[in-house]
Amino acid sequence: MNRIRRDMIKAGGGASLLALLAAAGFVRPGTAAAAEWNKAAFEVKTVAEAFTALGAGTPANSVDILMKAPDIAENGAVVPIAIESRIPATESIAVLIERNPNPLAASFNIPAGTETMITTRVKMGETSNVYALVKANGKYFVAKKEIKVTLGGCGG
Amino acid sequence: MADPMRIRAASKDGVVNVKVLMSHEMETGQRKDAAGKVIPAHFIQSVSATWQGKVVLSAQWGPAVSKNPFIEFNFKGGQKGDKIELTWTDNKGDKRTDEATIN
Repeated sequence: MNRIRRDMIKAGGGASLLALLAAAGFVRPGTAAAAEWNKAAFEVKTVAEAFTALGAGTPANSVDILMKAPDIAENGAVVPIAIESRIPATESIAVLIERNPNPLAASFNIPAGTETMITTRVKMGETSNVYALVKANGKYFVAKKEIKVTLGGCGG
Repeated sequence: MADPMRIRAASKDGVVNVKVLMSHEMETGQRKDAAGKVIPAHFIQSVSATWQGKVVLSAQWGPAVSKNPFIEFNFKGGQKGDKIELTWTDNKGDKRTDEATIN
């Protein structure tokens, strides 16, 4: 079944497959959390679109965002990523994976008093650039790192 | 109802380190079952952590967060013996809240 999925993704570029699924009602976000869940940002297909949907526009590169993640992930289903922002007044940290069907993986809001560092685990379908998007003082900053995946995570 | 979260909260030098392991399938909606039918997406969409009624972390997730999600973060101010509460809501409207004592 995995192979079929991969073929379909190859044939359809991934994006159109998901669009089809969405149209057919398979990908249906719930209603309970919908009010605060940024549906648009999670459903777009490219990093640039996700930046736009998050209101980030074109974020500036920053060396003050530290991303701790493996260079090579053996298992794409569980890729540990730690992001630390040293930018003052950091309000939120988002994780985007360029070559996933939907790049935005997670977005964390960091209230004052909480350290601007977050660790989590994400799935990666294939080798990709991973972006850490930080909102600080109303401005957006980004850092990226390429993580090579030897075994994809979406097929499971 | 999903299984409880495993929460560890430890205070050191005025900073509380929180580690949370949730029990959730985090189904992407892109996989198919043996019959070729798409398995519907089922994933946690929002998470929040509160301490003394104050939100210390909140998050929005897509299906790309790994199965049985893990998060770790630190916040200032918590004391040993205080309670910390975690809540998640998934895309089917299921909710779960668990609490732990800081030690």
